[in-house]
Amino acid sequence: MSPRITWAVAGRVLTQVRRDHRTLAMLLVVPCVLISLLWWMFEDLPGDLFDRFGPGLLAMFPFIVMFLVTSVTTLRERSSGTLERLLTMPMGKLDFLLGYALAFGLLAAVQSALAVAVSVGLLGLDVNGPVWLLGVVAVVDAVLGTALGLLVSAFATTEFQAVQFMPAFVLPQILLCGLFVPRDQMPAVLEAISNVLPLSYAVDAMQELVGDADQGEVWRSIAIVACFALAALVLGAATLRRRTP
Amino acid sequence: MMKNVIEVRDLTVVRGGREVLPAISLGVTAGVTGLLGPSGCGKSTLLRALVGAQQVASGSVEVLGEPAGSAALRTRIGYVTQAASVYDDLTVAENLGFFARVLGVDRSSADEAIEVVGLADQRQQVVGRLSGGQRSRVSLAVALLGTPDLLVLDEPTVGLDPVLRRDLWELFHRLADGGAAVLVSSHVMDEAERCHRLLLMREGRIIADGSPDEIRESTGAADIEHAFLHMVEGTEEAA
Repeated sequence: MSPRITWAVAGRVLTQVRRDHRTLAMLLVVPCVLISLLWWMFEDLPGDLFDRFGPGLLAMFPFIVMFLVTSVTTLRERSSGTLERLLTMPMGKLDFLLGYALAFGLLAAVQSALAVAVSVGLLGLDVNGPVWLLGVVAVVDAVLGTALGLLVSAFATTEFQAVQFMPAFVLPQILLCGLFVPRDQMPAVLEAISNVLPLSYAVDAMQELVGDADQGEVWRSIAIVACFALAALVLGAATLRRRTP
Repeated sequence: MMKNVIEVRDLTVVRGGREVLPAISLGVTAGVTGLLGPSGCGKSTLLRALVGAQQVASGSVEVLGEPAGSAALRTRIGYVTQAASVYDDLTVAENLGFFARVLGVDRSSADEAIEVVGLADQRQQVVGRLSGGQRSRVSLAVALLGTPDLLVLDEPTVGLDPVLRRDLWELFHRLADGGAAVLVSSHVMDEAERCHRLLLMREGRIIADGSPDEIRESTGAADIEHAFLHMVEGTEEAA
């Protein structure tokens, strides 16, 4: 592993995104629009529904977006031959993966900063914990999405298939993360499943920050999400083969 | 006797249950070597084995005195795959700059490579907007970074116009004169005359190995295409 190469990969990925104005605009604007839409939808209803659902949505954006972007871009690297070429060069597998994680983590930080600014500043989301900690959750969450995206891209042979992994891998996590039904009120089997899904902990962390704001709890959830991300990166590294059939 | 740059012994490669390379052996010396044969005869598989990208079933491949694919070789071999393995959404200069950083060579080397393949005027253009021939030259420029000791080029002249093809072959000879070994694959037999040495390949086997003159003389054919046909028909009669 070499920091020079990791930075080279991260820099290249960011240049590619910067060149693609439409993707960049969607990455940054869409979460802000969606969170505003959520706020508007609940506006005339009694209670603080926005405070209940807002944090979950903030946890989902970086995860979903980075999962999609990464699975398609790495699939492109595999099919265009650039990955094969890189692996005949002094490119470590971890350099490649960390480079991507770094670039998309940075993008997620900007994306979340905007979405959080809109939620807290404009829409009046009540955050009891430190606001910057929301950003930390979002970045770890984005790295998780990146790591999972890298992993599943190994099992797709076309971009069409890669996109189909989104409903297969991401939607169940959204349903079971505790946003719609609190996790402790789910049937025991589903609760057990939700306990081993990473997004549950990302949403837990966000909700904890908005609710009781026990920082120990937040960091515990962040640590769990980080462990999932690390495991996915290690598994992803195993799918990068210098020698292919 | 010149020392071999590439030494392949009993290399067997199986892809999708089919034996693509059936225990072949060959050696490649310095200079420009052409690997000629029809599409699907195993040229790309052999080249992939040389750069360590191919899973092999058995046999040994030694390149520049090291086992193929070893870490020490990764800065010493320039490899061009059949598809232009560059980033379509980056400019020519950005592509070369990125690969130069991965290889740990300085930026001037990137500018030099762009110059050598004749893309200096296109350096700020996004690769996706270039013509097919220009894109494959960007890919070639990447392989030239850091002046590698061995160039492995998989059909680098396919689909290029005659002028460009001539220029590239001149470039390969300049690189060989500079001390590099250049291994070029092609399915176009008329490129054979431009090589110091030829390896003719068919159905995974090397059916002839020698200079263009030697191969023509051994078969009495007027050109390499006829020599190839002569050999193929000869082996079929014998079988």
